[in-house]
Amino acid sequence: MRNPLADKVVGIKPSGIRKFFDVVSEMPDAISLGVGEPDFDTPWHVREEGIYSLERGRTFYTSNAGLMELRTAISRYLYKKLDLHYDPKTEIVVTVGGSEGIDLALRAMLNPGDEVILPEPAYVSYAPCVTLAGGNTVTINLQEKNRFKLTAEELLDAITDRTKILILSYPNNPTGAIMTREDLEPIARIIQEKDIFVISDEIYSELTYGKNHVSIASLPGMQERTVVINGFSKAFAMTGWRLGYAAGPELIMEQMIKIHQFAIMAAPTTSQYAGVEALANGEDDVQEMRTSYNQRRRFVLDQFKQMGLQCFEPEGAFYMFPSISEFGMSSDEFATRFLEEEKVAVVPGTAFGECGEGFLRVSYAYSLEELKEALGRMAEFVRRLRAKKQAGDANRG
Amino acid sequence: MHNAILKMLENNSRIDLHDLAVMMGTDEAVIVEEIEKMEKDGVICGYPTLINWDKTTEEKVSAMIEVRVTPQRGQGFERLAERITNYPEVKAVYLMSGGYDFLVSLEGKTLKEVSMFVTSKLSTLDAVAGTATHFVLKKYKDHGIILIDKPQSSRMKVTL
Repeated sequence: MRNPLADKVVGIKPSGIRKFFDVVSEMPDAISLGVGEPDFDTPWHVREEGIYSLERGRTFYTSNAGLMELRTAISRYLYKKLDLHYDPKTEIVVTVGGSEGIDLALRAMLNPGDEVILPEPAYVSYAPCVTLAGGNTVTINLQEKNRFKLTAEELLDAITDRTKILILSYPNNPTGAIMTREDLEPIARIIQEKDIFVISDEIYSELTYGKNHVSIASLPGMQERTVVINGFSKAFAMTGWRLGYAAGPELIMEQMIKIHQFAIMAAPTTSQYAGVEALANGEDDVQEMRTSYNQRRRFVLDQFKQMGLQCFEPEGAFYMFPSISEFGMSSDEFATRFLEEEKVAVVPGTAFGECGEGFLRVSYAYSLEELKEALGRMAEFVRRLRAKKQAGDANRG
Repeated sequence: MHNAILKMLENNSRIDLHDLAVMMGTDEAVIVEEIEKMEKDGVICGYPTLINWDKTTEEKVSAMIEVRVTPQRGQGFERLAERITNYPEVKAVYLMSGGYDFLVSLEGKTLKEVSMFVTSKLSTLDAVAGTATHFVLKKYKDHGIILIDKPQSSRMKVTL
């Protein structure tokens, strides 16, 4: 038999984190700080709207780009929240989660051999999607000393004649970093000078604590070269509904909608009706969830401080990215031992790129009680590691 | 600040005040002071525990009683309301708009005990023109807390 597989796909290495996941799933009594989704249920009025749409028999395809009602609501929302202006008729497509939007944008824009700059640590799907779209990923190792923001120097260093796209992902998973207008301005200047495009994944845009999210597309001259990815998963606790959207210049959107039409048809109709309700009446829910995340963020940060664990203060998403370099072991080793000895799952930083070595991703999308229990065990684990290290040092001395 | 503290306490009155302070980005001393002030001002009226008695061996019967009243000259509803609140078996008294005047929430050990209270104590009060007693068959949600067993969260342990 001939090899049925495509080399390009086989060449994508499965996430190294898989093995760790398997161990976790075989430990039913393990508690976890490893989840990348909200702990809230979708607000009831939103769920009800989904149910209602089913009751009324709204079980047919919508138009490819999504319900006009939903696209109009998205357009208004993007204007109100982020000062972005998109024509719902031609510049917005409703997708199956933000992930599909990323894939569409890359496939619509990349020619074989084009380079995509990816600042890491980053969410795991960007690089494989670049590969599948025929591009090459050029990574930038973001620095904790820069609070995991992308700097102009780092960007300039990574740009070559083949660079076509920069992927920006703020507020960031896994670091919780954000970029302010001042941070984005020099980046935007370089993007325009070098004639590059941006895919800006802003799925956590509602979850910032203190400073409002700024979209790079809202900076002068940037809308025409940016595809904004966003969605309902994080803002409205709707991960399982698989509902997102992409917004960008018509020139690009036209091609993205073409791929979407052939590969997907349309996002789930039930989810789209629920999405209309979320945008119309979900503002208070978002505010409440944001307040709650922020309270837990402060709590976890305080716990790390008490443990003496170094961690920069994240201002977005719902993750902490503490450094464990003092223990002289890899992220993977730390996470594995922590799981074995204390039965708590956290994600090794290396799951998000090599430069995540020496860090952990700790999610605080958990109840206060769960956080207390898990962090209590972490304090104990850290104390034990330090005691052992000290004993070892004393022996050598 | 007050309202933020109240919101947290409303959901969990036993929250550790140090944790509460950390979560609100302030000092414990500030929180303690604010709470004391609200207790004194009657904003915080108590810290009762929400108990699902159905899960205990204790027998309890609750009822909601609609009370129609002939208001007394010069006293309105206040005097009667005060009298009703004094009975220890009365858990809540509300003045209502609509078809009746007071809604009285009662708790007793048996149906008979509750009925006796209504017939011998409540309806014999001078200003009471009539009552309608509704026994509670099952409590699904009380004080914002769902009492029936909810399915376990289906959230996965680790996702990226």
